[in-house]
Amino acid sequence: MERNNKTTGKVAGIVANLVIVEVDGPVAQNEICFIQHNEERLMAEVIKVVGVNAYVQVFESTRGVRIGSSVEFENHMLEVSLGPGILSRNYDGLQNDLDKMDGVFLKRGDYTDPLNRVDKWGFKPLAKVGDKVTAGDWLGEVMENSVPHKIMVPFKMDKRYELKSLAEAGDYTVDETIAVVVDDEGQEFPLTMVQKWPVKMAVRAYKDKPRPFKLLETGVRCIDTLNPITEGGTGFIPGPFGTGKTVLQHAISKQAEADVVIIAACGERANEVVEIFTEFPELDDPRTGRKLIERTTIIANTSNMPVAAREASVYTAMTLAEYYRSMGLKVLLMADSTSRWAQALREMSNRLEELPGPDAFPMDLSAVISNFYSRAGFVYLPNGSTGSITFIGTVSPAGGNLKEPVTEGTRKAARCFYGLSQARADSKRYPAIDPIDSYSKYLEYPEVMENLKKNVGEEWLADVIKAKDILLRGKEAMEQINILGDDGVPMAFHDRFWKSELIDFVILQQDAFDAIDASTPMERQKYMLSSVLGVADAEFKYKGFEDVSVFFKEVINIYKQMNYAEFESDDFKKHESALQELLKGRMN
Amino acid sequence: MMESQAFQKIYTQLINMTKATVTLKAKGVGYDEMAMVHGRRAQVVKLMGDLVTLQVFAGTEGIPTNAEVTFLGRPPQLKVSEELGGRFFDAYGDPIDGGPQVEGEIRDIGSPSVNPVRRKQPSQLIATGIAGIDLNNSLVSGQKIPFFADPDQPYNQVMANVALRAKADKIILGGMGLTNDDYLFFKNVFQNAGELDRIVSFVNTTENPPVERLLVPDMALTAAEYFAVDKNESVLVLLTDMTLFADALSIVSNRMDQIPSKDSMPGSLYSDLARIYEKAVQFPSGGSITIIAVTTLSGGDITHAIPDNTGYITEGQLFLRRDTEIGKVIVDPFRSLSRLKQLVIGKQTRADHPQVMNAAIRLYADAANAKTKLENGFDLTDYDERTLAFAKAYSDKLLAIDVNVDTDTMLNISWELLGKHFTKAEVGIKQEFVDQYWVGE
Ligand SMILES: Nc1ncnc2c1ncn2[C@@H]1O[C@H](COP(=O)(O)OP(=O)(O)O)[C@@H](O)[C@H]1O
Ligand SMILES: [Mg+2]
Repeated sequence: MERNNKTTGKVAGIVANLVIVEVDGPVAQNEICFIQHNEERLMAEVIKVVGVNAYVQVFESTRGVRIGSSVEFENHMLEVSLGPGILSRNYDGLQNDLDKMDGVFLKRGDYTDPLNRVDKWGFKPLAKVGDKVTAGDWLGEVMENSVPHKIMVPFKMDKRYELKSLAEAGDYTVDETIAVVVDDEGQEFPLTMVQKWPVKMAVRAYKDKPRPFKLLETGVRCIDTLNPITEGGTGFIPGPFGTGKTVLQHAISKQAEADVVIIAACGERANEVVEIFTEFPELDDPRTGRKLIERTTIIANTSNMPVAAREASVYTAMTLAEYYRSMGLKVLLMADSTSRWAQALREMSNRLEELPGPDAFPMDLSAVISNFYSRAGFVYLPNGSTGSITFIGTVSPAGGNLKEPVTEGTRKAARCFYGLSQARADSKRYPAIDPIDSYSKYLEYPEVMENLKKNVGEEWLADVIKAKDILLRGKEAMEQINILGDDGVPMAFHDRFWKSELIDFVILQQDAFDAIDASTPMERQKYMLSSVLGVADAEFKYKGFEDVSVFFKEVINIYKQMNYAEFESDDFKKHESALQELLKGRMN
Repeated sequence: MMESQAFQKIYTQLINMTKATVTLKAKGVGYDEMAMVHGRRAQVVKLMGDLVTLQVFAGTEGIPTNAEVTFLGRPPQLKVSEELGGRFFDAYGDPIDGGPQVEGEIRDIGSPSVNPVRRKQPSQLIATGIAGIDLNNSLVSGQKIPFFADPDQPYNQVMANVALRAKADKIILGGMGLTNDDYLFFKNVFQNAGELDRIVSFVNTTENPPVERLLVPDMALTAAEYFAVDKNESVLVLLTDMTLFADALSIVSNRMDQIPSKDSMPGSLYSDLARIYEKAVQFPSGGSITIIAVTTLSGGDITHAIPDNTGYITEGQLFLRRDTEIGKVIVDPFRSLSRLKQLVIGKQTRADHPQVMNAAIRLYADAANAKTKLENGFDLTDYDERTLAFAKAYSDKLLAIDVNVDTDTMLNISWELLGKHFTKAEVGIKQEFVDQYWVGE
């Protein structure tokens, strides 16, 4: 988009946040413009052009805007500013720093700087003068909280350059020149710690994107044990309202083994973001001992904030994630909820009077979703380091029906499916992830299997498959019992059903609000699974079918006390020996 | 607030007319601006070149093409001051109680959102005495939560009870499509409680044009923000019935030829409802807005677009259902949820609260399974029989909406019922609480 003069225009039509602008020059699709309304400048994005009319979606309320108001086009798409100082910030969907805004209420047309231009950062050079460099190459490093933040050749610089000069170790603001590079024609480019990137374009400053192969620990048992996600993997959590999507995402973002966590609160409740603002500064990152907020950035476009910015918010979040991945970091990206983003697309598409697809969503919805998910992944950087973006999105299916366009579109794009079940949530079996319907495609990857064997244990995969089988057979047994009656089936059916309940209560169910139970390290998960499978393998004496449930309820009760106790503590061991006692008395 | 200003330009030529809108040529008009068309209130919904489309709230019946149109140069507004207390208004903020106009500061309704970083986490428990709420679905000030109920449930009565027990500084009623009887019911209850001066009401009854309802929540919330922000008060907003509000949205979008999505609702339903419900907030300065709403269901169907979108927005829902076993209306523990309860239970209430609540509901679920067994003609086990006996007592002593006790009593009753019907292992509560509270051997 190289233009010497700014294109301008006049407002020619308004329907809600869709504005038609009659322009006097060239405009680009997705170009940003500002509509002047009294003292306010309202930001908008071009989404369609017909002749001299540019259709723009305004990121603000259009109340009071008049025909004839002047519009100025900016010559670039929606961009974010990338540099040190992004972590622990709270941004809106357009990367405005929410903390820098005055007053309790958001003011229309109030745009704030995402970065701090005053503070100095301790810069350490990594490259040498004379190095040949390309986009994404590391020139130096500053410590951002406890994260080593690489200062890179800007992603937009698409040629090869020679590093002509590089700042010495010392303290600099983000706007000071820290390097100068020259291209083949001898043109010089001074570089600072800040660069800009259009959010709708994927950052491609990596060498190679292999299939993900390493387990990413989340501390959530029914993910890590049954359907693990990988570093650089993708997953989605569909579920009717109230089944635990947000609680699960928050749990993962607190516990997961990530260097950087980016949370996009996309069209959901403001109070849920407040919960993060309130809790994360208090909670410790189990790996670094620092506060969780130090590794976290929040993009908040809550449901009452402008709809067009909701769509932008997920792209803003993804671009920040790509930026940190290029530094060789493990990034975890969460979006709650991607359905709200899809609905924002639908609202706009309807206003544009486009031909609607299923449920009035735009025709290309599925492609838009796939394209977004494809930006996640594990990468090898040009210098041989690795980085990853693990992406988990929630989906809010209308009426809880999984056969709707957003769920179906996402199913094609994401590799892990964590379906939340209304029935499980109703009976407080949290997290309500359906153990039978959910899956992780990664369990079928030979490289993932290899990795699990090596890092968790030779027997691990076999145990996991066994646990899944027990759950499935338990479900079948229960169906039979429901059809034939308690005394219409052999005792083995009751045994089978209760062994699946054992796995359900002890491994799958996990109290997200209990300090100890909330997060289970892999080692403990392994211990508990093998202990429970030991019980499932054993044969017990029962006095009658009622006795099966009495016995297993006792077993489950002791296991639950173990789950609430510190691993291998005296308390834990006390319950464990009580369990051994109980089992011994019953063994066949 | 009827108004006519001097030097106003009067237009007299309508070009197009539909049931709900008129279109004319006019200049200098702002989007969302109010206008008067043939003495009826209208609002700008579309500007295209020099063509202005106005939505006429009361409909266009009888409006001639040469009707007088004037533009008011402002969005819908409300005058706010302490004088609002004790008064009843229509959807435009005009008094309907025979009293004088309110004097005060003029505020645009539908104001901007609170900056999320300026919100405070809600933390103040609201006690209602109803165990289906306080025990299983505790409310917190700054929360937004609807009753989900079929039209024949006594939701307005329950809501009025909750409102009067909630100890709010102000109660603001937004009535949409209220029958005249219900309107008089609220008026009487508030009057009899001697609380009228802390209550402000904006009411659209079934006698008023349905589209006017669209202004009611914004009017109520503008008044609420005045009391919560300017006066640091705790404000409780009652919105009944939001299903009728949503119906009005669909009437408008249908008349404007928009493509409907699920259940003939506009594609923007989620955003339209969220804009209202997200006004619930705890301000750092101490003021708060709590929203309790009513969403009527059709035959208990919560998958319909209106309750479905509502559930995705609100912080839980209170599902009312008639329990034929005890012949009373209960707060259904399965379908109900308060998402903010974990901020207060076990903290502002006794430490055993979360575990007791979960155990009782789990056992209540077992009773539901036993009931299915019974209906399918199977023999019940001893455990099944005990769950059924427990469920009946639990429903009667705790879930019924006529319960009115404090939370400690609710917990004590729960322990009694658990001890009476179950063993410790069956209940499965953390040992320390069992040691402290178990009733029986
Ligand atoms: N793992 C869990 N442990 C305990 N309670 C949970 C858990 N997950 C969900 N809940 C309960 O369910 C409620 C709704 O969860 P939430 O994540 O907000 O649902 P969703 O995002 O799917 O609408 C929570 O407020 C909490 O009461
Ligand atoms: Mg949620």
